[in-house]
Amino acid sequence: MTTLVLLDHDDDGTPRPAALELVTAARPLGEVHGVWVGDGLDAALPGLADAGVLIVHRLPADVWWPAALAEALHAVRSATGADLVLLASTSEGKEVAAGLAVLDGAAVVTDAERVERVEGALRVTKSVLAGTWVSTVEVTSPVAVVTLEPNAVRAEPAAAPSSPQVVDVQVAVSELARSVTVVRTPRQATGRPDLATADVVVVAGRGVDGHLSPVEELADLLGGAVGATRVVADEGWLPREQQVGQTGVAVAPRLYIGVGVSGAVHHRGGMQSAGTVVAVNSDPDAPIFEFADYGIVGDLFDVLPALTAELRRLRELA
Amino acid sequence: MSTRVPGPSRVGRGSPGNLPRVKIVVAVKHVPDVQSTRMLGADGRLRRDGGDGTLNELDENAVEAAVQIAAATSGEVVALSVGPADAHDAVRRALQLGASRGVVVSDERLVGLDALGTAAVLAAAVTVEGGVDLVLTGMASTDGLTSVVPTALAAYLRLPALALAAHVDVADGTVHVRRELDHAVEELSAPLPAVVSVTDAANEPSFPGFRAIMAARKKPVQELGLDEVVPGLTSLGLDPSMLGGRTRVLHAEPQQPRTDRVLVTDDGDAGVRLAAWLVDQRLV
Ligand SMILES: Cc1cc2nc3c(=O)[nH]c(=O)nc-3n(C[C@H](O)[C@H](O)[C@H](O)COP(=O)(O)OP(=O)(O)OC[C@H]3O[C@@H](n4cnc5c(N)ncnc54)[C@H](O)[C@@H]3O)c2cc1C
Ligand SMILES: Nc1ncnc2c1ncn2[C@@H]1O[C@H](COP(=O)(O)O)[C@@H](O)[C@H]1O
Repeated sequence: MTTLVLLDHDDDGTPRPAALELVTAARPLGEVHGVWVGDGLDAALPGLADAGVLIVHRLPADVWWPAALAEALHAVRSATGADLVLLASTSEGKEVAAGLAVLDGAAVVTDAERVERVEGALRVTKSVLAGTWVSTVEVTSPVAVVTLEPNAVRAEPAAAPSSPQVVDVQVAVSELARSVTVVRTPRQATGRPDLATADVVVVAGRGVDGHLSPVEELADLLGGAVGATRVVADEGWLPREQQVGQTGVAVAPRLYIGVGVSGAVHHRGGMQSAGTVVAVNSDPDAPIFEFADYGIVGDLFDVLPALTAELRRLRELA
Repeated sequence: MSTRVPGPSRVGRGSPGNLPRVKIVVAVKHVPDVQSTRMLGADGRLRRDGGDGTLNELDENAVEAAVQIAAATSGEVVALSVGPADAHDAVRRALQLGASRGVVVSDERLVGLDALGTAAVLAAAVTVEGGVDLVLTGMASTDGLTSVVPTALAAYLRLPALALAAHVDVADGTVHVRRELDHAVEELSAPLPAVVSVTDAANEPSFPGFRAIMAARKKPVQELGLDEVVPGLTSLGLDPSMLGGRTRVLHAEPQQPRTDRVLVTDDGDAGVRLAAWLVDQRLV
């Protein structure tokens, strides 16, 4: 059995963290083939060898648009006979997944937390209804397209490295996939880790009242990303692209710290897969305490500076 | 190049002034209220018997966008929903928000459709409707949150998909969209017909007043069964056998709450204690 993994990477060819997580998730399921779009593969090959990728199918740079990429992946999938295509659960990943699933007549599952093969059949587990339920489905069609949440799997090297073979694939993309004109302006890098894939996310809610520095200091100390509730984005205290939630970025960090965040269902829908949830809120009845693993009823302007100072002290001791 | 969705010719309908009339289908879904207690049944499907159902709130933005584009193009907005009987409620709400008529596709044989099956039926209904210039959808349904339907719908219709529009408008037969992704901002444009999904940043949905609610009662709603959309499926090269059967639910259960949860009230040392806990749990 072969799994195709889309290897997302930055423009300079550095694979995104999610790419190696996908490869790690794919390894127990069968042979792992990567798909690489555009330049920069040479620099990434040693990392892909450590991760155990057997073949890398390299596509031309101009198939990056989701509709085009879906067609190209469909071609590679058909040629390899892979029964699973794994992509990262980003908004673009889901678009590619939907388009590819239509072309392949495949099952599609988004926001998966676990993919297993049991007696030959693929099983996918995910949480639903803003994290209140968990469901597991079995794939009953010959091909599945699955998007995996960030941090669902910790990237690890393979037991034995591979020596990946690179195959250049030529694809003829349809008129339809080229019918959208796109002008793309990359965002400025923030200097902090990428919110969607960060290991630690500190989220500011309305309770910060415009004062972001305690949140940013803690995030920087932990090497984490800073997120916002919609209220904080609406107020303009943080940019919209930092909004975490159902209509913002979906995050799945190992550690989520929400300060002055009430924990509304819309917010929860975008952080339901966080590993550990810490909440600081002055209202003991705030809904976030219903799902926080560690909750502090208190004023964030007292708790956060004390937390940051203590973590710094402990770090200096160590 | 893309082709117009096949359907009856629009010649002779008469457009006021010189503005081209744009026919918009907006896909709307009935979902359990996000603020209610939602649960899955033994079959792994969402239970819809709680009575707390509404129009998917993210579809209000799609309806609002449709109504605004229709106003600017003297166009028409058709609200379309696939689902059990409560799909009528979603369509009714869309009519209150300004859509001019509704179509509900409802059939016993369509119970439990997956996202791709739903997209295929929506595509078939759009095809049966005919003469459609623009299909608008919400960015996600709050029960499924798959965001798969809009792109799959476009793929079945063989139309360009412009997903996650934070801004959308139509001019001279072209749709223009701005979308804001994590890594980039994109300005997109495509010739009509096209499929566009709209985010909650696109507009502020209006709140229907008494008059809008009364007026909506008189707006026509057409109900279609599977047999009536089969010709649409066929003309898209699809058939009813591919509407489902791709996955099977094995388990669905409420998330087990962690038993070792901690809740403390700050007496001055909570920050220090949290630091120790984070270190202890190897989280930092
Ligand atoms: C269609 C739709 C989509 C939405 N999408 C999203 C989304 O993607 N993401 C999102 O976040 N929201 C979203 N929302 C909004 C969501 O419903 C909530 O309104 C929002 O999450 C609340 O933000 P908040 O927690 O910052 O503010 P509030 O709910 O006002 O909570 C502020 C909290 O701060 C606490 N507080 C105040 N002062 C202090 C202090 N000094 N110390 C400690 N605690 C303090 C208060 O007790 C309160 O609990 C959406 C809403 C809709 C209708
Ligand atoms: N059963 C349905 N009937 C009509 N529209 C739907 C249906 N399901 C999904 N949609 C549309 O597709 C969008 C995205 O839904 P989803 O892919 O389920 O997250 C929704 O906002 C609706 O506009």
